[in-house]
Amino acid sequence: MARPTSGQSKPGRTLLVLLALILAMGGAMFLQPAFTPKLGLDLAGGTTATLSPNTPNGTPPSEESLNLAVNIIRERVNGTGISDAEVAKSGDNIVISVPGADKDEVIKLVGTTAELRFRQVLAADAAQPQPSTMPTQAPTPSSSAAPSGQPSGSASTTPSVQPSANAPKPSASPTGKALSSALTSPNPSPSATAPARANDAKANDAKANDAKANDAKANDAKANDGKANNAKGNDPKATPSATPSADPAQDPSLAGIDPALIKQYNELDCAKNSGLGVQDDPAKPYVTCDQDGTVKYILDKAEVVGSDIDTASAGVQQTTGQWVVQLDFKSAGASAWSALTTKAYQAQAPRNMVAVVLDGVVITAPNINEPIPGGRAEISGSFTQESATKLADQLKYGALPLKFVRSSIDTISSTLGNDQLMGGLIAGAIGLGLVVLYSLLYYRGLGLVAVLSLVVASIITYEAVVLLGTYAGFGLSLPHIIGLVVSIGITADSFIVYFERIRDEMKEGRRTLRAAVEVAWVRARRTILIADAVMFIAAIVLYFLAVGGVAGFAFAMGLTTLIDVLVVFMFTKPFIALLARLKFFAKGHKLSGLDSERMGPETVRTTTPQEA
Amino acid sequence: MGLGRRLYRGEIDVDFVGRRKLWYSLSAFLLLFSIAGLVFSAATNGSPLNLGVEFKGGSVFTFAAPQATIEQVRETMTDAGVHQPIVQQAGSGWRVTTETLDEANLTKVQESVATELSVDPKQISITSIGASWGGEVANKAWIGLGVFMLAIILYLSMAFEPKMALAAIVALVHDLVITAGIYAWSGFEVTPATLLGFLTILGYSLYDAVVVFDMIKEVTAKLGTTSKKTYTMAANDALNHTLIRSLNTSLVAILPVAAILFIGTTVLGAGTLKDLSLALFVGMLVGTYSSLCVATPLLVTLKEREPKYQAIARRLASTGGGKGGTKRAAVAKN
Repeated sequence: MARPTSGQSKPGRTLLVLLALILAMGGAMFLQPAFTPKLGLDLAGGTTATLSPNTPNGTPPSEESLNLAVNIIRERVNGTGISDAEVAKSGDNIVISVPGADKDEVIKLVGTTAELRFRQVLAADAAQPQPSTMPTQAPTPSSSAAPSGQPSGSASTTPSVQPSANAPKPSASPTGKALSSALTSPNPSPSATAPARANDAKANDAKANDAKANDAKANDAKANDGKANNAKGNDPKATPSATPSADPAQDPSLAGIDPALIKQYNELDCAKNSGLGVQDDPAKPYVTCDQDGTVKYILDKAEVVGSDIDTASAGVQQTTGQWVVQLDFKSAGASAWSALTTKAYQAQAPRNMVAVVLDGVVITAPNINEPIPGGRAEISGSFTQESATKLADQLKYGALPLKFVRSSIDTISSTLGNDQLMGGLIAGAIGLGLVVLYSLLYYRGLGLVAVLSLVVASIITYEAVVLLGTYAGFGLSLPHIIGLVVSIGITADSFIVYFERIRDEMKEGRRTLRAAVEVAWVRARRTILIADAVMFIAAIVLYFLAVGGVAGFAFAMGLTTLIDVLVVFMFTKPFIALLARLKFFAKGHKLSGLDSERMGPETVRTTTPQEA
Repeated sequence: MGLGRRLYRGEIDVDFVGRRKLWYSLSAFLLLFSIAGLVFSAATNGSPLNLGVEFKGGSVFTFAAPQATIEQVRETMTDAGVHQPIVQQAGSGWRVTTETLDEANLTKVQESVATELSVDPKQISITSIGASWGGEVANKAWIGLGVFMLAIILYLSMAFEPKMALAAIVALVHDLVITAGIYAWSGFEVTPATLLGFLTILGYSLYDAVVVFDMIKEVTAKLGTTSKKTYTMAANDALNHTLIRSLNTSLVAILPVAAILFIGTTVLGAGTLKDLSLALFVGMLVGTYSSLCVATPLLVTLKEREPKYQAIARRLASTGGGKGGTKRAAVAKN
């Protein structure tokens, strides 16, 4: 190996550093452990849908409204229990990627625009008992906030709304969704007034909001046919538990409600179909669940809609130190809101609640403690900062509704994905093989250096792709593969530039090979850096100004360019510097690619085979 | 000595720059031919290029049905209510392009293909593009192109000099127009993947020019009042000097692309791989030509107008210094 050099370079040391880097990356792969790249949907099979915002006057949507829309679609995705689905912004568009080629599922997720409505509650009931097999990842807030089961008298346990100008009424510390005892007790009594805490009351904190009550089985009801809540195929277990035998018609709380709605309500199984993503008609009453799937409601028609909201914000109520949500209505909305709260205030429970319906499900149903004129309201309950902020954002979406058009939907079957992957890999292998063959023929001994450099570059690229997949969620897609294959040429070119420079130096015939290697490097380095910089600029511009596949391609090109610089500096050059000490190269053996036949100023030999 | 042998030894001497007029006329002819193609295509097909569904909007179904005949596939589509399906066969796979269908009809076609051609519905790939989407992709591409050119002009002006940047960009536009012209005449489909290819050509075409210019800069840096070479000769020497590298690079770059093109057309049928590699293949061939025969002569034309080099040219002309003399310049030594 290397003798200590007197020269300006320490090739051995550089190579060791590079080796350490490769091993470190390999070690990181072992830690995971991950040895194969994460595949994008076009290679693994799956569905991608792109939504473009459709604003009335064609102006680009605000960042905030886009973020809210992304969150709502994320809620939908989580609500359906699809695993590994991704919702991401891409410029002004939203891209939803779902593994597994079921386009109907995705269309259901993205087919409707989320709307916000305020509806008076007509009836409420505990939803289906929790499925015995709760998803393991769902937190169980009840363990920390175990309901005591005692009627809590006057203390309201639901969130309540009051004019924010007034001093807020502190609400009870334990929280839960109160259900009128009339509905929760097996034998409904006509005089249901004192709200009791239902046994499945859930702490209204943020963790509970994320709890997925419905099991991860996708429901098969079509959300797009308008009749969202006809849970199909009711099995015996799916009858409402709260009113097993009571005839709903006798239940006073259900008085005056269209029997068809009551039937729908009785058959509704929140675990199967919570109504998430349904576009409810504001002019009609509506049957749905709350977002956790623990309570079901019959709701009156929407007297106030999302576009009536001016703004919403979360904050701490000065006097009580509690987190509350402030809600401001536009002038037209304010009078409608005043009328709605007056109506609710005068009604018996549960009709004293106004449900806020977002994207088809009830996100909160506060009690109305007094009529609220003036267009400013404050929702209190036992909010945490997180849950208050979330509710404020959800309400704000009503003020910034964003309609989307589905720009594209792309379903790749697993076989096609597999074919594309194989095709890309085979093309890469053939391309690499041809470049190797050519380098060996043309550069002979030096070609071996080129081949080894390509091998090193390939190893580093593979490690980088695997690690990016593991740590950054980078999914390898077809454009990436194409980008990598196309970049083989760029990588190989750096070696060619350097080799040609070395040959130039040798042709002069004034230097030893060892000196030529160093002088040529200084020159080649500049060319390589400028040329790679041009490629890198191209990659960056494409990455930031492109959509979809182009960005992936650009990313691969940029990555390769960086790796190319790394390999040339840390492998090719030091490796040649080492080789230059070998007799085989230094004396210009015929197979070294630096032979005198090749380098000599004039020659008369004609016996060498011809290559080009 | 044979050409291959001379190439191998790097002893090649072609008077590229001296044949400026030839290259300019050839390029002018190619450009006119390309523009004529675009105009002709616009007149006959209503659009200069044969745009794919991604730009026009439409739905594409891809599935494997080895036993099916083309009539069966077409019938299946029309049964499902598709008006004018375009059916293409690739290997055992089928690719059917239709007008943009809504969800209900997508599902209908999917079911129809599943039952009538006995294909597993999960193995049917569907792409459906709204008409406005393609416009957005195209707009982004144009913006990207503009920003890219600006960035490159700035960078090359700093790294080399503005005249080199200008020559490189002109060569680049030249490549794009000719590639587009080839697409117009041949009727190859333009998809986002093709755009990807076009944009990559930009990178390559510049990459090549950068390496040549780097050498020209080095060789011409030594030209002074007493030098025995005009800028033209020096540039030509530099060009010949990097010729091997240019040809090598182009070959090495085209090999993998040719591999993708081969795989894309034979194994996978129509699709991203084929669209992209075809554009790259055509573009690289044009790009190699332009970096040698357009960018450099153009640069020389620009530089020879500078007083300094005019003076050298006059002095050499009067002393009978070779016009088109192609003695190899000694490569600069530091």
